[in-house]
Amino acid sequence: MTLDDLRRIMVACAGEDEHVDLAGDIIDRTFAELGYDSLAVMETAARIEGEFGVKIPDEQVPELATPRALLDCVSRATVS
Amino acid sequence: MDRRTVITGMGVLAPGGTGTKDFLELLASGRTATRRISFFDPSPFRSQVAAECDFDPAVAGLTHREARRMDRATQLAVVAARQAVAEAGIEPDELDPHRVAVSVGTAVGATTSLEREYLVLSDSGRDWLVDPGYASPHLFDYFVPSAIASEVAWVIDAEGPAAIVSSGCTSGLDSVGYAHQLIREGTADVVLTGATDAPISPIAVACFDAIKATTPRNDDAEHASRPFDLTRNGFVLGEGAAMLVLEEYEHARRRGAHIIAEINGYATRCNAYHMTGLKPDGREMAEAITAALAEAGMDGDAVDYINAHGSGTKQNDRHETAAFKRALGDHAYQTPVSSIKSMIGHSLGAIGSIEIVACALAIENGLVPPTANLRERDPECDLDYVPIHARDQRVDTVLSVGSGFGGFQSAMLLSRLGNGD
Amino acid sequence: MTQTTIAGGAARTRPATAVITGLGVVAPNGMGAEEYWTATLRGESGIAPLGDRMAKYPARLAGQVASFVAEEHIPSKLMPQTDRVTRLALAAAEWALADAGLRPAELPEYSMGVVTSNASGGFEFTHREIQKLWTQGPQTVSVYESFAWFYAVNTGQISIRHGMRGPSGVLVAEQAGGLDAVGHARRAVRRGTPHIVTGGVESSFDPWGWVSHIASGRLSGRTDPARAYLPFDGAADGYVPGEGGAILILEDAGAAARRGAAKVYGEVAGYAATFDPRPGSGRPPGLEYAIRKALDDAGARPETIDVVFADAAGVPRLDREEAAAITAVFGPGGVPVSAPKALTGRLYAGSGPLDVACALLCIRDGLIPAVPNIGDLPADYRIDLVRGDAPRPAKVRNALVLARGKGGFNAAVVLRKEAQ
Repeated sequence: MTLDDLRRIMVACAGEDEHVDLAGDIIDRTFAELGYDSLAVMETAARIEGEFGVKIPDEQVPELATPRALLDCVSRATVS
Repeated sequence: MDRRTVITGMGVLAPGGTGTKDFLELLASGRTATRRISFFDPSPFRSQVAAECDFDPAVAGLTHREARRMDRATQLAVVAARQAVAEAGIEPDELDPHRVAVSVGTAVGATTSLEREYLVLSDSGRDWLVDPGYASPHLFDYFVPSAIASEVAWVIDAEGPAAIVSSGCTSGLDSVGYAHQLIREGTADVVLTGATDAPISPIAVACFDAIKATTPRNDDAEHASRPFDLTRNGFVLGEGAAMLVLEEYEHARRRGAHIIAEINGYATRCNAYHMTGLKPDGREMAEAITAALAEAGMDGDAVDYINAHGSGTKQNDRHETAAFKRALGDHAYQTPVSSIKSMIGHSLGAIGSIEIVACALAIENGLVPPTANLRERDPECDLDYVPIHARDQRVDTVLSVGSGFGGFQSAMLLSRLGNGD
Repeated sequence: MTQTTIAGGAARTRPATAVITGLGVVAPNGMGAEEYWTATLRGESGIAPLGDRMAKYPARLAGQVASFVAEEHIPSKLMPQTDRVTRLALAAAEWALADAGLRPAELPEYSMGVVTSNASGGFEFTHREIQKLWTQGPQTVSVYESFAWFYAVNTGQISIRHGMRGPSGVLVAEQAGGLDAVGHARRAVRRGTPHIVTGGVESSFDPWGWVSHIASGRLSGRTDPARAYLPFDGAADGYVPGEGGAILILEDAGAAARRGAAKVYGEVAGYAATFDPRPGSGRPPGLEYAIRKALDDAGARPETIDVVFADAAGVPRLDREEAAAITAVFGPGGVPVSAPKALTGRLYAGSGPLDVACALLCIRDGLIPAVPNIGDLPADYRIDLVRGDAPRPAKVRNALVLARGKGGFNAAVVLRKEAQ
């Protein structure tokens, strides 16, 4: 899963904040800075699980603060 | 002279307790009524626990025709309404029907019947263009939930204002608050009010699964609802109904009615923050409490029991603990606080009215209901949450609060009628 | 520091005067109050067949807000979490606030509340999610299903969008609920909250919602949009459902004056609700009593009412009941009766507030909208239905708006030109 995949899924799940340039360097910005609340991250995680066939443990979802953390979590889940 | 609102009759169908007598016994015992979902196979779901009512419409006195046309939430409301009217000793034909009003709270209305009908019409979800040929003649009354208010109005032959109050999980408090306002302002002398919800259906379970608001503690269903406990991890979905006969004080006195308690104040606020999220400071709930106290003309120190929203999510428990301290100051530390959702789960729009019945029973019987399953208190929740065992204690004034999706925060004050009255 | 706005209940000698200062309309025949009003005066209808996908259904006519493109009005972030009904409501609320010149951010935090009515929730949203549940499994159900469909969603989203933290609420009473919301909003003003956003908006034309409408048994079976919904006509055959409604800004008259409100459309001078007796009781229906109570509440005599906006069920039995109630209070042909919802369809919780908006514009311009395509009324109705192609000029100071909801609900609102 790539950052572009994540961008696409996030926009589908939670739209985009008009004050944020999602095309820019976002990998280490927090989801809150990008305008996404905890529900948006939860929805995104569920969509990723369905699309990529991975399982993101419930208790990890609230800890995923940035796109990098989410992508790392998905790649770990894919390997295991 | 202000018009005052008193409670003269109550009916309740709660998980583990039908009628006020059984319900009081449940509250006193601290028994829990949560269990593995039996209404459908819950194994595909994250949360498989619920607080279900063992309810048989025929045994409860509904005719076959009534049971057929009414959604389960309607059935529960009508049976509770009949109990309340009987307890109040009211003969509908002795009332002026234009002075009798109805308000019924519900968060999700006839969702159970809607889902059942959907499966028939859509061939179990296969057809987006559902087939009208299979529609039940009652489908419209499930679609628009005010049919519940109609059925309840017919119980008491009301011809005053009738409405559904549907402000999500505070509906049960707001419905009774609405009724209280109708009496205070002079629109009605008697209001049959309360709330109902029967949401234990796959779509409701799935939607709370999605936001992980309900508990995944499936291996210990009986102890799954743990408000204020360090190990709590979500609420337990419940169902039920409670209805009350509210009367204007002089009206009740003239007919020699037994007065159970008085409703002294009610207020609601919105947090305007998030559809499901709560800020930890509890400001808006505190504001609702303060406003309810102001209407009641009471000082916060008068409160000697707080019936908490206590849903069993970390976010809620901390939010309302902060709200109690903000509104009542140091008095919050000296006041017992408990959540009966620990025993009967969270029946969405219904629970607020069920909790009002619990508060009135607390006043009448000198009993503070416990918070079941509270073994290890969350250190961030540092009030007296009445763990495990009910307390025998005189209760004169109760504060009951509710909090719900959409940002609604509501508060109500009830009290024992003074000896001088 | 907390701020308490409750003023000790209803025991005040003289309740606060509540005035409407802003209108936000999303109607099948016009978006925005002025567009709707112009279309209504011209007799332009928003009733049309639903798309070809719905060809299999026995009834297909609906009042549709066809020109509403949600993306033009709703921030991208709110799109995934809202049903069409909430997008319509948010747009209408925005327009109502702009019309009133009210800027919530400049007001004390608990001084604004939201009281709306809604009868069918975010139905298309829940239809999509329930289909996913049953065909793809619970894991595919959206997190937003937990609130996007419930009846409280419009109040909640409007409150959040504009930071309104005062007393709020949600009422349901089928078609009567929209007027109940206006009545409850007035109660909130009288209890001390100076600015309330109120009204109701509806939309539920996905196939499952549509089949539920059909199940009311009251839909017209006709296919000609001009002939399907003919309230009070001897040939009335049922109604056409519609979507949309209106959001209104209701304010304490003193507070509106102090902030320099540019417009005061009129006062909500009277409100009452009643419930019909149980079927078979032999007692008369409750509409006449609701009218009398609302007039009494407004301190208005029947002869001071210049126009009645009827519920106009389009079902002969109900039309006859309504005509009888109007005639009982006002005398035969005693007051002009209008039914602009013939151009929009019945909007459930949306209709009462839309009729309130229409009545206020009628008061402003002195024109009573005419109902087109109506032929002869049954002789026993004896009402002065304003019909034909042109509005009727009239000096309108007081208007009465009626709404009846399936199941027995009646509501009446009296609007007055100048606040007293």
